[in-house]
Parts: sequence; structure tokens; C-alpha cells
Amino acid sequence: MQTLMKNRINQLFEDKKDVLNIYFTAGYPSLGDTVKVASALEKAGADMLEIGMPFSDPIADGPTIQDSSQIALESGMTLELLFEQLEELRAHVSIPVLLMGYVNPVMQFGIERFCESCEQVGVDGVIVPDLPMQEYLETYQSLFDKHGIRNTFLISPNTSEDRIRQIDDCTNGFIYVVSSSSITGAKKGVQEGQLAYYQRIKEMNLKNPQLIGFGISDHQTYRTACDYTNGAIIGSAFIKQLSKDASEEGIENFVKGIKEKSS
Amino acid sequence: MQYGVDERGYYGQFGGAYIPEMLFPNVEELRVNYLDIIESDDFKDEFQHLLRNYVGRPTPLYFASRLSEKYKTKIYLKREDLCHTGAHKVNNTIGQILLAQRLGKSKIIAETGAGQHGVATATVCALMGMECVVYMGEIDMARQRPNVERMKILGATVKPAISGSKTLKDATNEAMRHWINNPDDTHYIIGSVVGPHPYPDMVARFQSVISEEIQNQLQEVEGRNAPDHVIACVGGGSNAAGAFYHFLEDKGVNLIAAEAAGLGISSGKSAATTALGKPGVLHGSKTILMQTEDGQVVEPYSISAGLDYPGIGPIHAHLFDDGRAEFFGISDEEAMLAGVELSKLEGIIPAIETSHALAVFGKRTFGSDEVIVVNLSGRGDKDLETYIKWGKY
Ligand SMILES: Cc1ncc(COP(=O)(O)O)c(C=O)c1O
Repeated sequence: MQTLMKNRINQLFEDKKDVLNIYFTAGYPSLGDTVKVASALEKAGADMLEIGMPFSDPIADGPTIQDSSQIALESGMTLELLFEQLEELRAHVSIPVLLMGYVNPVMQFGIERFCESCEQVGVDGVIVPDLPMQEYLETYQSLFDKHGIRNTFLISPNTSEDRIRQIDDCTNGFIYVVSSSSITGAKKGVQEGQLAYYQRIKEMNLKNPQLIGFGISDHQTYRTACDYTNGAIIGSAFIKQLSKDASEEGIENFVKGIKEKSS
Repeated sequence: MQYGVDERGYYGQFGGAYIPEMLFPNVEELRVNYLDIIESDDFKDEFQHLLRNYVGRPTPLYFASRLSEKYKTKIYLKREDLCHTGAHKVNNTIGQILLAQRLGKSKIIAETGAGQHGVATATVCALMGMECVVYMGEIDMARQRPNVERMKILGATVKPAISGSKTLKDATNEAMRHWINNPDDTHYIIGSVVGPHPYPDMVARFQSVISEEIQNQLQEVEGRNAPDHVIACVGGGSNAAGAFYHFLEDKGVNLIAAEAAGLGISSGKSAATTALGKPGVLHGSKTILMQTEDGQVVEPYSISAGLDYPGIGPIHAHLFDDGRAEFFGISDEEAMLAGVELSKLEGIIPAIETSHALAVFGKRTFGSDEVIVVNLSGRGDKDLETYIKWGKY
């Protein structure tokens, strides 16, 4: 397992700090927007992308991502269609790309077929929050490894140190540090307990890089994440941007606003 | 045990704990502790005491002579409708609140479909002086209004689930999100044998008092401790799991599950999970699930809010897969007719969920000397508006 070939995710963390990973829902705001949004994000300066595979019952997501998923599904987004759209991904996008979604659609698509499709279109990793570690190790890992796909695990403020070590051991991409006990899109700001939690993670000297996500929405929360880990993940705040203005310029201004301090 | 849960939390290929990491510490805390707690003397004493003196157990096993005559067989009704709050749901909420107390939790959340589980949860929270939030689909709040008001009188906060189909599935999503947001002081009382392991097993154990009593009561009246058939309706499947529990390994007992077929199995308006579903993951467990090709959960439909759910508990998925239980899809119309029939023949107005179990007599014949137990999971008070709207009585 440790002898996997380096992929784009590993290379990115070797080359860069303060990584900005941006999430958006496939087929949102319009069904055909997936690769367009991805390409605009890279141009605007995002370092990594997380493309949401919409699901009818996203229990770890707040209203913003729920709504975007619902809209994408109503427009006709499916995993089948997403992989078709992603066939032209690598003609336009060179940064690492992950797929994020829930386990049931992946299971119905077929795990092996899913991994093959990821490899074929150039997807580097996946995040499946409701796929348990045990299940992953027993039935998914060998297929993921075979196709060079990195699986990403989440940790939360309540995850025990032992379990974090276990997760670190079976990961080969990065660890997703959930900022507080919450679903996506919560506006809790940066609280004191949170910094202690970030510090605790930092001091664990994990072998995998870490990105902080959930509730990151602006330059300040992004910078705080970068102070403690390798960077941040933005989801709901970007979906809100897309719902207002999905133009290339709108996306560019959003990313700039996160990366650069406004004057 | 062929039909019990295994060490990994599975029933055959179904079950497990498919949950986001944010819920892992809570579910793991439960998994590690639930058996020790519910098998401790102190827990058992308090549980038994409350079941007897607060719930009114044992509930009668009543020989329904006119119904038996009509269907030319021997039908007993296990009277869960006589439980305090009007359904079997309270057996589970008593068990879980005692467990929550022993885990040091101070707040309770729950989801509800028909409102029976919500009422049973609000009731035990009032009893124990604990804060209670119940999520209920907006559509269910309208069709089960008396139960919404009952929960409020009992001091609970009822929050509408406004996403998706606005029914039980969505109320469950909202309760899970609430738990992710409030992991430290809150226990989630799931109302059926669904959810991540250990919930299905835990809820089945709390409901297993039903079949334990059936064994003892049958022994007294029939001189045998097992019937030929047990019939129960299945939403998530908690009343069925409780009624089947002590007979699971006894192949001499035929298990019969009634699912809600809504306007008909192939009408596109149905909740007949085993007829329409395939293996998938929802609400933390792998089970049989109504879904599209693409793995999106299909919005179910049934006249009965308590059966209006696109999945079934993993134990029932296993019983179906293995052929251990017979499954029948019962339409709205068949259920309503069976509910009115019981009312006229035995003077018992059943919950519409329960009516689905009674409708099995119109689907299948039984031998004249066979002994059948129907789990009468609840009473129809909450459903008066639906009976009135339907009108054919
Ligand atoms: C009277 C009654 N029976 C059955 C059910 C269905 O639940 P389960 O399948 O878990 O017994 C309900 C749910 O609300 C109910 O109120």
C-alpha cells in the first residue's frame, strides 16, 4: 500500500503550501456547467477541486449544498452523465480533482467500474463521508489502489487520537479536518476551542497533509486554516457564489477574495 | 443465531454502520456500551418496572373470535394498541431513554412519521424531565395533526422537515444532521429497527418483549408457546422485529410481513420496499432500498405515515433475502377495508399501519386449526381524519 505511485494530490502537497481546495456540485447551476466551473476555478487560482456527486439524502450537508444537489438532480445529473462530462476534464484542468459524494450512488454504479472511470477521466481521489473505514479496508481499498485513487477520511473534534492515527495509517492523499462538530455550511466562525483542536492536530505530526473544511468562507478563515494545516476547503460559500454569479469573472473574484487580503 | 446480528453489526449482507465520521464517536459509544447497560440488573429492574406500571404491560393476547370465524382460522391479536400512548413505540423509547441517562446525555432528539414514535419519545422525556426535539416531515405534520399537538402538550419542540419528500425519510435526515451538530449532550432515539449498528439490534431487543409475552400467553391458552404464523406490518420494522424476535430461529413459525403498497406496487405511488427495492445504503445501514438506477432514493408513498419509508430495517432485508419471512404488499384500499372490518367485527379501530397487517387475511388462506398471532401495533385514534376522508364505513 505504501508503494503507490505518486499522483497529482501527492505532488501538489510537495510543491505547495496554503492549498485552496474548492467544492462545487456537479451540474450546478446548470447541468452542462461541470467542466466550465472546474476550468474557471483553476484559472482563478484554486489549487485543488472537489466535484460533488449529488445525492438525494446528503446527511452531512447543510441547506446550501442540499439545495444545489437537488437542483442538479432535477436537471438530470447522474454519475453516468458526470463521467461523460469529465471525459474532457483533463483537456482543460491540470490541478488535482476529487469526487465527493455518498456511498449509495457509487455502490449502484459499481465500485470497480467507478474506480476505472475515475482513472480513465483523470480523477485523483474521492471523499465518501458515509463509507466506514472498516468497509473501505475490507472491500474498497484494493480497487482504489489498483486504479491510483486516493480515499480521503474525515476527522472531527471528537475523533480520538487513536482513530486519527489509524486514519493516517490507511491514507495516502490528505486528511480532511472538519472544523467543528457540524454539517457543511454552518456559520460558527473561528472559536477558541477550535484553535486548540487545530493545534492538537498540528502537534500530532501526521504523515499525511491536512486540509481544514466546513465553515471556511472568507480570507480570514482560510488564513487561520493555513496557519495550522496545509490549507483549506471551501464548499457552501462557493455554492452561494455560483447561485449569484457563475461567470468566469465572478469565480475569479471569489477565489481572489479568499486568497488575497482585501485592501 | 442465523437471524440475529453478527459481531460486525450485520444481518447476512445487510446492516453495518455507514455514517460520517462526525457521528462515529456517538455511535461507537453506543455500540461499546449498549449490551452491558441493557443486560445490567439495575437497567432491567427499571425497564421492567416502567413497562409494567407505566406502559401497562403485559398487553393482552386476545382471541378474536368473530374475525377468526370470518377467516376460518384461529386469530389472536397482540394488543400493543393498549400500550400507553397507543402503540408499541413506547417499549423502545423507555429503553432508549434509560440508556441515554446511563450514558450521561441530557437532551433527546427523534424523528417521527405517524407521530407515534414522536409522542412516545415526548412522553418519556416528560417522564424523565429531559429536553426533547422531534423532527417530522411537513406533510406528516398535516396528516397526523393530533399527534403534533400531543407532542407539544408533552413539552416537546416539533421541527418540520421541509426537504425532499417532507416525510419520514427527511425527518430522519434532519435528526441525523441535528446529532452531527450536537454530539456531546444529545442522544438520538431512533424509532425503528433502522439506522447504523447497534440501533437495529438495540431497538429489536427493546421490542422483543412483545414475542416474549406471546410465548407465555400462548402457553396458557393454547398449551404451546409458539404460533404457526406471526403477522406484522413493516415500516422500518420495529413492531415486526419485536413480534418475530423469539421465533426467528424456530422455522416452525412462519413469519409474515405486510408492506405498504400505496396505490399499487407498480403505480409509482408505493412504499413496498422489498417488491420495488434493491440493496443500498440509507440512514446508516445497508438494506433493501427503493431507489433509481443512479442510486437516488425514491420518494415513497403510503396512506399510512408510519409505513411511508423507502427502506426497511436490515434484519427484515435479511429475512426477505433468505426467504425466512413472507412479504405482502398491501394497498391503501385493502388496508382501509381491513381496518374498518376489524372495527366492525371486534370493536377495535386499528392504526392504519396495523391495518396493513390485518389485510393479509384477504391475500392468503390459513388452515382452520392453525394459530395465528397478528401484532396489533397501534390504535386508530390518530387516524380518524384519514378514516373520515376515506369515508367507506
Ligand atoms: C401503530 C404503528 N404501527 C407500525 C408503525 C411502523 O413502524 P415499525 O415498522 O417500526 O413498527 C408505526 C409507525 O409510526 C405505527 O405508529
